[in-house]
Amino acid sequence: MVSRTNKIECHLESSREVSIIMTTTEQNIDEILIPILEKVSDPEIPVLSIMDMGVVRTAVIEKDMVKIQITPTYSGCPAMDVIGDDIKSALKAAGYDSEIELILAPAWTTDWITPRGRKALEDYGIAAPLNAEADISVLLEGKRLVKCPQCGSTNTRLVSQFGSTACKAQFQCDDCQEPFDYFKCLK
Amino acid sequence: MKNKNLYNYILGIADNSLILGQRLGSLTGHGPSLETDIACTNMSLDLFGQVRSYYQYAAKIAGDNRTEDDIAMLRKEREYVNVLLVEQPNTDFAYTMARQFLFDVYHLSFLQELQKSKDLTLSAIANKSIKEVSYHLRFSSDWIKRLGDGTAVSHQKMQDAIDGLWTYTDELFHQTEADKAMVAEGIGVDVTLLKEAYYEKVKAILDESTLQTPESKWFQKGGKEGVHTEHLGYLLAELQYMQRAYPNMEW
Repeated sequence: MVSRTNKIECHLESSREVSIIMTTTEQNIDEILIPILEKVSDPEIPVLSIMDMGVVRTAVIEKDMVKIQITPTYSGCPAMDVIGDDIKSALKAAGYDSEIELILAPAWTTDWITPRGRKALEDYGIAAPLNAEADISVLLEGKRLVKCPQCGSTNTRLVSQFGSTACKAQFQCDDCQEPFDYFKCLK
Repeated sequence: MKNKNLYNYILGIADNSLILGQRLGSLTGHGPSLETDIACTNMSLDLFGQVRSYYQYAAKIAGDNRTEDDIAMLRKEREYVNVLLVEQPNTDFAYTMARQFLFDVYHLSFLQELQKSKDLTLSAIANKSIKEVSYHLRFSSDWIKRLGDGTAVSHQKMQDAIDGLWTYTDELFHQTEADKAMVAEGIGVDVTLLKEAYYEKVKAILDESTLQTPESKWFQKGGKEGVHTEHLGYLLAELQYMQRAYPNMEW
């Protein structure tokens, strides 16, 4: 709770104008900025760029200033402050000053992870999220749907609903016996 | 302060999450198993994340120089308006899960209504939090069933926990002055309307867990007016220690 000096304040306006921005699910990102932002990764999942994760909602250049809006995966995600700092330094290195805002609406969903992002997760050893209906049965009814990122078997089981970070659950493969993280589905 | 009712209303929501988050967070390294330890601290993290959004908004409404941290760390015990339920101690794991379950059922139904608030910030926070809180409810319900329908000992421990905490449930549905004012403006949730469905939902899970639903009609109250059980003072002493000992310190 106690602040870092440069932590991001959540953007919490409630004017009409802002509400329009808050309800759109489309990203608004200047093409010039994409290659820079793609180099910034989630500090807890270094193989996944913030672009593939879908946390960057707006990135526009206004005069000499880049304005970025990011949205947290989970409300309490401690990576957001670090991601904000990393974006600022990446843009600084490319010659831009920037302002970062954290927005809450529309709320992030695992659907925003790109196909390339899902592939990066799998290669890294984290099972990518299934769809929402599958998720409930995977977690509660012991159905075996989550694919082991090591051997590809779906003979896997839930070990713990909560894993190493807020966005992951702990699974184990009953074929190759490897434990692995599953990126929880969030819709 | 111009918008005192809205400010107090936000604190009424957020203080519950702060205090429950602190209770869960103090299980770090003390959970009964690694998985449950991690689960409790993950839920704590979710609640703290939600609290930050609420307190930032409250700080903005206050319009003076106070920050989210001032609101979290520098109030006196009587200025916290959380319900008595969430400040009850982590006596044993059955008790911790019963407390979580009795709050989660309320929390989820409250957020589902808050999503419809005319206040777009509160609505956005609710919309974000629902995804996390439904996961909490899934976790706590699961443990009510596992312990309730488990061994004779686990069943007895869970029944004792439910019986012990039952007296704090009715307060969830008490309206404060700020509540009434915000309901009238279409911003707040009318908690009295959530009560019936709450007890039905709780009973359904308790039935499934082979547990008895308590019949006691005597309920404790006071938290929403700042009159707390003895446990909150000790919790705050720990929560506030660093800010009191080293004012204005930052990470």
